[in-house]
Formats: sequence, structure tokens, C-alpha cells
Amino acid sequence: MKLLLALLMALVAVPAAAQTALPPAPWADRQIPDAAQERKAKALMETIRCLTCQSQSIADSGASMAGDMRSQIRERIMAGEQPEAIRTWLISRYGDWVSYEPTAAPILWPLWGAPLLFLGLGLLLLRGRIKRRKSR
Amino acid sequence: MRKVWIWLPLMLFLAFIGLFASGLFQPDDRVIHSRLVGQPLPAFTLPAGASDRPALASAQLATGKPRLLNIFASWCVPCAAEAPQLMALKQAGVEIDAIAIRDARPDVDGFLKRYGNPYARIGLDAQSKIQMDLGSSGVPETFVIDGKGRIAYQHIGDIRADDVPMILDRLRDAQ
Repeated sequence: MKLLLALLMALVAVPAAAQTALPPAPWADRQIPDAAQERKAKALMETIRCLTCQSQSIADSGASMAGDMRSQIRERIMAGEQPEAIRTWLISRYGDWVSYEPTAAPILWPLWGAPLLFLGLGLLLLRGRIKRRKSR
Repeated sequence: MRKVWIWLPLMLFLAFIGLFASGLFQPDDRVIHSRLVGQPLPAFTLPAGASDRPALASAQLATGKPRLLNIFASWCVPCAAEAPQLMALKQAGVEIDAIAIRDARPDVDGFLKRYGNPYARIGLDAQSKIQMDLGSSGVPETFVIDGKGRIAYQHIGDIRADDVPMILDRLRDAQ
């Protein structure tokens, strides 16, 4: 019984505010009523990097700044802004670093080109093998 | 020809090992600089962050004279540590405005009473909105704003005593 009570109390315990005394921003942990909009917002939040906990997305991070970013993204989506426009706005402030989605910037061309290059190499190799087998 | 090609995978492997090894010895840089350095401040109007200082709007930062915009919060420990340096800058004739992040007016009042108030104007950014628009990623940060309202320099982290001459130089360069 005591153990059960302890477990129940652990369930309702509120984690101590690590950073600020203010409550989280209004839309930090609240879903948009419109499910389609919430889906869009959530998909974007999963690809935006948290500035405080730098290897987490803002969707996963408990940092207060990540909460503020989620709230602002939801507010902007509700105001009708497109997710990619919000991503562009964030990149214009924090650089490509803030987005987990690779862009078409020249520095990433090898990344996009590598699959084609390797596919081409593979086909060349295959052709050579088939030719050799035929001539045998 | 074939003989050369056979060594290619090993060469690639060694190149990757070299790349990873060099990454191990390079110091880790996790500081995210604002992309707005060199560009005009984004427009904003904020309510007053303290009861004895006026509110802050971006237009008030383009005064023809370089000034500092300090991003701070009453809950931020390094902000208290940089307070004496900001006071020294103020005594050197620098005008400093501030934005309080995720804060409440009574808390800011308490903080300024305890650590001193070097600010001319204080804006309150309760949901970090303007902080994001400035490309600032934490507290404390200090922006040098030139006379035309452009961001000339961004100092990330608290201003230490030996940073003060550098900040004064940056302000002079922003003339």
C-alpha cells in the first residue's frame, strides 16, 4: 500500500523548473486544435535543432528556449504561415545549423551526388563483369 | 592501372581515419553566432521590463551613436557575474539598453536592485520572440549596435573584466 502510494505520488510530481520561473509559453506543450495544422507543426519541430540541448530537436527538448520555439512555430502555423517559410526564417537567424533537413547549398552537393556516383560506378563494374563472362 | 585502383579503398579508409582523428583533437565549438551581424536590427517594440526604466523599441537604438544591447535575465547566473563589467562600460560613457528574456517585472526589479542598473531602457521579452528574431541563442549576450541601427558585433556569454577594452574597441569601430 505504501509502495503504491509512493508510486502514485511519483506520478503526480512536477519536475522542478530548471531554467526560469515563468510558466512555459502558451503553445509550447499544447497541440493546435486543427489536426492537420498540428501535423505540419510537429513535422517541422522534429527537424529544428534545439539551441540549448544541441543534439536534440526542439520537439524532444525540455529546455525553456525549445518550448518558446515550439510555441512560436505553432502560433505561426495557426496564422497560416508555411512550415518551409518558418524554417527559412530560422535559418536566416541561426544559419543552416538550426535545421536537420539538408539543403541544396553547394557544400552539400557531394552528399546529393554520392548516391548517383556510386550507382554509376556499380553499373560500370557490373558491365565489366558481364562482358568478361560473355567473352569466356 | 589495376594495381593503383586496388589501393583506393585502403586510401579512402585511411583518409576517413585521419578526418575522425583530427576531429578528436579540434576544440569543440558549440557557440551559435547570429546571422544578423552586419545587418539592420529586426523591428520590434517591447513593453517595459523594469518599473523605473522606459520600454524599448528597435527605432530607439538607431541614434547616430553606437550603443550596446544587452540580452539578460534575472534568473541567469552569468548575467549577475557580468553586471560589474556593464557598470564599468556605463561609467566609460557607453549607453546600454537591455532585453530581459522570459522574465517578469518584479524579478527584474529585484535583480537590478541587487546587482546595479546600468541600463537606459529595458524591454521585456517574455516568450523569447525577439531573442529568436535577433538570432540570439542564450543569455547573456551583448550586441554592439552602430549609429544606423545595424548589428556590428555579437558577444556571446558574459563580458569578463578583460573583455571590456575589446568591447570599447568594437564600439569605436562602429562609429
